[in-house]
Amino acid sequence: MQPFSSHTAVAAPLLQDDINTDQIAPILHSRSLKEDYKAMLFHRARRREDGSENPDFVLNKPQFRDAGILVTGNNFGAGSSRESAVWSMLANNIRVIVAKSFADIYRENCLQNGVLPIVLAADAADAFAARIVAVNGAAPFTVDLVSRRIGGPGGADIAFDIAPADRMRLLEGLDDIGLTLKHMNEIVSWERRAAAAQPWLQTAKDSR
Amino acid sequence: MPCAVAPPKIAQAIGCKDNLIPRTLFDKIWDFHVVGQRADGRDLLYIDRHVLHELHAHHGFAQLEKRQRGVHRPDLTFAVQDHTVATRPGRDDETNPSGTAFIRAMRQGARKNGIRLFDVGDPEQGISHVVAPEVGIVLPGATHAVPDSHASTVGGVGALAFGCGTTEMTHILATQVMALKRPKRMRARLDGRLGAHVSAKDVALRLIAQLGVAGARGYAVEYAGSALAAMPIEQRMTLCNLNIEMGGRSGFVAPDDATFAWLKGRPYAPKDAMWDRALDYWRTLATDDDAEFDREVTLDCSALEPQITWGTDPSQVVGISGRVPDPAAIDPGRRAAAESALAYMGLQPGTPLAGLPVDRVFIGSCTNSRLADLDVAAAVVRGRRVAQGVSAMAVPGSSSVKREAEAAGLDRVFRDAGFFWGESGCSMCAGGNGDRGAPGERCVSTTNRNFENRQGPTVRTHLASPATAAASAIAGRIADVRQVLSGAA
Repeated sequence: MQPFSSHTAVAAPLLQDDINTDQIAPILHSRSLKEDYKAMLFHRARRREDGSENPDFVLNKPQFRDAGILVTGNNFGAGSSRESAVWSMLANNIRVIVAKSFADIYRENCLQNGVLPIVLAADAADAFAARIVAVNGAAPFTVDLVSRRIGGPGGADIAFDIAPADRMRLLEGLDDIGLTLKHMNEIVSWERRAAAAQPWLQTAKDSR
Repeated sequence: MPCAVAPPKIAQAIGCKDNLIPRTLFDKIWDFHVVGQRADGRDLLYIDRHVLHELHAHHGFAQLEKRQRGVHRPDLTFAVQDHTVATRPGRDDETNPSGTAFIRAMRQGARKNGIRLFDVGDPEQGISHVVAPEVGIVLPGATHAVPDSHASTVGGVGALAFGCGTTEMTHILATQVMALKRPKRMRARLDGRLGAHVSAKDVALRLIAQLGVAGARGYAVEYAGSALAAMPIEQRMTLCNLNIEMGGRSGFVAPDDATFAWLKGRPYAPKDAMWDRALDYWRTLATDDDAEFDREVTLDCSALEPQITWGTDPSQVVGISGRVPDPAAIDPGRRAAAESALAYMGLQPGTPLAGLPVDRVFIGSCTNSRLADLDVAAAVVRGRRVAQGVSAMAVPGSSSVKREAEAAGLDRVFRDAGFFWGESGCSMCAGGNGDRGAPGERCVSTTNRNFENRQGPTVRTHLASPATAAASAIAGRIADVRQVLSGAA
């Protein structure tokens, strides 16, 4: 996983609640094992039926075309567990999402891929959103995970909280599987205990 | 009995020291499965049964190969082809061209890693959440994971399940554990007794409307209460299936005699002496009296009528006799979403839901495609005809369901009425196999998500029960099944 320490980019406002993963990464009619995640992001909002760009969608506006920070509302990433909804952010170099809250699985998928999910309390989130709208892409913001601060035009730095373990994992770009494999002895001894206590769990065979 | 699983009274009697505190069922299952704690504070939770599907699996296999890692427990891992398989009779890998590569990559990866695959053409192929309990892969008190948000469907048999992403799936393949933060505990008590033609789908939609689409976020939800106890297993699965639509990753029901009877004899379930031993343990799987939940909610089911969604998220729900709400009367925080939903759905405030003309009806998906669901729908359809101009589909959740339905003559009932009767798979739930509505169509669907464009570009989805969907197909309009059956609609 690509480590995350700091990210400087234009911040785009997508100020709705409950944006779901069908919206973020729609299942398109033709698909392949190697998907174009860059084109997938918000595809239905970005494109009209005839394939042309929808100029009204925020990420199509000239000042937000290279946005690397997304600012949104409550419960971002609801719905399907598809990880393409995070990969499509990465493919567009969006490495920070600031929201009032995230859906559980989506937040986890962000952490697994080096995308920083920042949760701000409602008041702070509203104030930050207003600032993003006022700045209107004129200058970038810097999100620094070391100091846990967001800095940029139009106001003072904003401090944000993140669980220390999640922060460390992003900063170091830790391989989650590698972390767990250090516990292989415990896993194997758990299997031994379970095979004694609930043997039916440690075997799954077709009895026919 | 080991202390780790003993209820407080037994724990006391057998001299345990540290679990005299009443515990919820969630805590009992979680605690038993904790392998250890990682340096980052997460619990490593053992996953007893892991089921893959073709949309995610190839990524995982490729990742493992790249890192030269194997699958730790292929014998506890299963795979199904469900999201992209065509439903057309006589289908093969290529019937849905955009699924072919996924289906073949899954087959290759499963073979290479020694994983039992329920492949296209397998007599037990189907939707993972339907197949896993049906063949007895998933058991009470077991942990279960699927790279799909509807994994907790199997909570209906008392398993603790987690939907996950692709990287988490790969993590489970390599280690057989998930690294999780312990969720909070919620109990949803379903009181009273369901009326005729009202089902778990209606209960779930009402509960989602009550709690909102993020109301259970961060919680594992135990369903309980008299209405729950009376529900057959299939309906409990429908209820747990929709748990994610209120934001909860895991929802489950304590197993009871109905669960045990339902599971007994299933091919992967324990047999003989092992069954007896498992049963002794499963009977302890209940929340202790006085155990505390972080949140308790209740719903009186006695007065509940059939429910249907009017908007574009599963919390935008009214009773079948209700009207499209006026956004001006909705909580200001939800108003803009309601206005945008009405624009998408082509609806005006104050319009009665019943009577809206429909173009398409879909009966199927992991929510409502088990034999009991098809039975209910067939009872409405029997001897009637789908209204002119309506395209109606019934897609069994598994090839076993299809076989059983056909043995009972249900395929004839559906076909005679003008329904398409398909091969099993996820089909029109998310349209990943090419089954979709035409632009602008209004569709009554037994699925789980009425999101914009999910069932096809600009398709307007109304979520409802199999009975309501069947009644609407017959009436050609959104209909109250009770009126269709009494001849009043």
